[in-house]
Amino acid sequence: MTMELKEALQKFLLRLGDNALIQGQRLSEWCSRAPMLEEDIALSNLALDHIGRAQVLLDYAGHTFGEIKTADELAFRRSEREYYNFLMAELPTGNFAFTIAKQLFLSAYEDLLYEALCESTDTHLSAFSLKAVKEARYHFSHAADWCMRLGLGTAESHDKMVDAIHDLWAYTHEFFEMSDCDLLLLQHGIAPDQEKLKKNWLDKIGKVFMRTGFSIPQDTYQHRGSRQGIHTEHLGHLLCEMQYLQRSYPDASW
Amino acid sequence: MQQTTGKMKLAELETNFERKIQAEEKIEPRDAMPEAYRLHLIRQISQHAHSEVIGMQPEGNWLLRAPSLRSKQILLAKIQDEGGHGLYLYSAAETLGISREEMIRQLHEGKAKYSNIFNYPTLTWADIGAIGWLVDGAAIVNQVALQRTSFGPYARAMFRICKEESFHQRQGYEIMATMMKGTPEQKKMAQDAMNRWWWPSLMMFGPHDSDSPHSGDAFKWKIKRKSNDELRQKFIDKTVQQAYVIGLTIPDPLLKWNEDKQGYDHGPIDWSEFKNVISGNGPCNRQRMEHHKFWHEEGKWVREAADAYKKRISTLN
Repeated sequence: MTMELKEALQKFLLRLGDNALIQGQRLSEWCSRAPMLEEDIALSNLALDHIGRAQVLLDYAGHTFGEIKTADELAFRRSEREYYNFLMAELPTGNFAFTIAKQLFLSAYEDLLYEALCESTDTHLSAFSLKAVKEARYHFSHAADWCMRLGLGTAESHDKMVDAIHDLWAYTHEFFEMSDCDLLLLQHGIAPDQEKLKKNWLDKIGKVFMRTGFSIPQDTYQHRGSRQGIHTEHLGHLLCEMQYLQRSYPDASW
Repeated sequence: MQQTTGKMKLAELETNFERKIQAEEKIEPRDAMPEAYRLHLIRQISQHAHSEVIGMQPEGNWLLRAPSLRSKQILLAKIQDEGGHGLYLYSAAETLGISREEMIRQLHEGKAKYSNIFNYPTLTWADIGAIGWLVDGAAIVNQVALQRTSFGPYARAMFRICKEESFHQRQGYEIMATMMKGTPEQKKMAQDAMNRWWWPSLMMFGPHDSDSPHSGDAFKWKIKRKSNDELRQKFIDKTVQQAYVIGLTIPDPLLKWNEDKQGYDHGPIDWSEFKNVISGNGPCNRQRMEHHKFWHEEGKWVREAADAYKKRISTLN
């Protein structure tokens, strides 16, 4: 593997791992705050899947560095500009509709991504994706079920979902950006063509929206930056909290 | 005539209840039971359920700051278990003819209580260790005894809950043990957590037997199988050794082994603090309740939407 390809793989793995970690962290914020106990448990379960996924992906990413880094080192000792998760993942939790819309968009993408990655020429990644795709599919169906309930529930729940969808739409196109790394990985059959995923993603979201009475928003301004490690102001605060103990006691092991 | 038959039936049902209790058979939700027995169980099981749910708050306080991916996953799984225990227990109480919504209303109105221990704050990561090891450790001692309680759904819930609680206790002990092998700051943190959580954990078993207001009927009906003091003694005896093994000091200068009773004697418990906290004047009483009320209210529109959707679907079908 050339140095260039190794670096591209590293960035890609960090993107996947960071998406899992940051989503897991945001979902954990629902603990003891969900609208009902059943949903508190469900959201913790989603968070748990994501943190577990982050552990494996960051561990693999750690092996692509010259000097091997552990998953914990990567999670707790990197700063804002070294993170590659999507901007959507780091946005503040917001209300329940916001979380559901976020989960719908992200899990629909992850469902398609991991399905495609099952065919990756990278055997670690393809083996991992077999498990991840099952989780992502379950996460998507959880979000789609709630979309139905909120979309067809009351006028208030419907309006809240519409607001959430509109606010989040500007963060969706970033998922599908093809950077130089993505192009290189595509040439080697390691990662899929993101543009192709976009078409399937729009179909998938469109189907849910059709049943719930929502419409796909007009494309307006789209936020970008995470491929270059440029984030919203929110990520720094999230990392401050998450990395607090590791940063305060750098010599300690837990 | 009808009245006489009614009285006879009632007497017969009560005899049946007594017979089952004496024969160590479980009382099931459809069985006739004295009203006082039913109310006692509702009070106890709902308090137990509320404790599981309120207990998610102090632990959740460290979820976002857990120091490793592994510890974050374990803590998430543990809190998820507590939520699950809350669900079982609410369901067990519902078999006695009370709804979950009503139990939550009683909690918010201060008519139902939760375990006093959760009115203490979790100040450092070591407190997460102390809660798992000491608080869940104390809960296990209580709950193992409840596996033999006379009400079937409650006893059965305890079997599963106890299995999960013993995993929680190991998780807590592991945090403490790791910290006691760590840096001087970590050791200090662990001992500080021990000092703050030891006495409140002993208070979890409730007042001394001589001062326990609810024990009489509970023993007669075999809801309660061991006394507060017996359970507390059991907890102390198993925990002291565990503390010594990892180098923690029990914050009780009067603690000493008593050869005759084959157990430890302990110093006096400060019951004035217990009474103070239980009557609402603990460090987090207000915070815990406000949090629960706030988020319950915040989720109202979601529950309403789910109900409306359910109705809509059932009309369509």
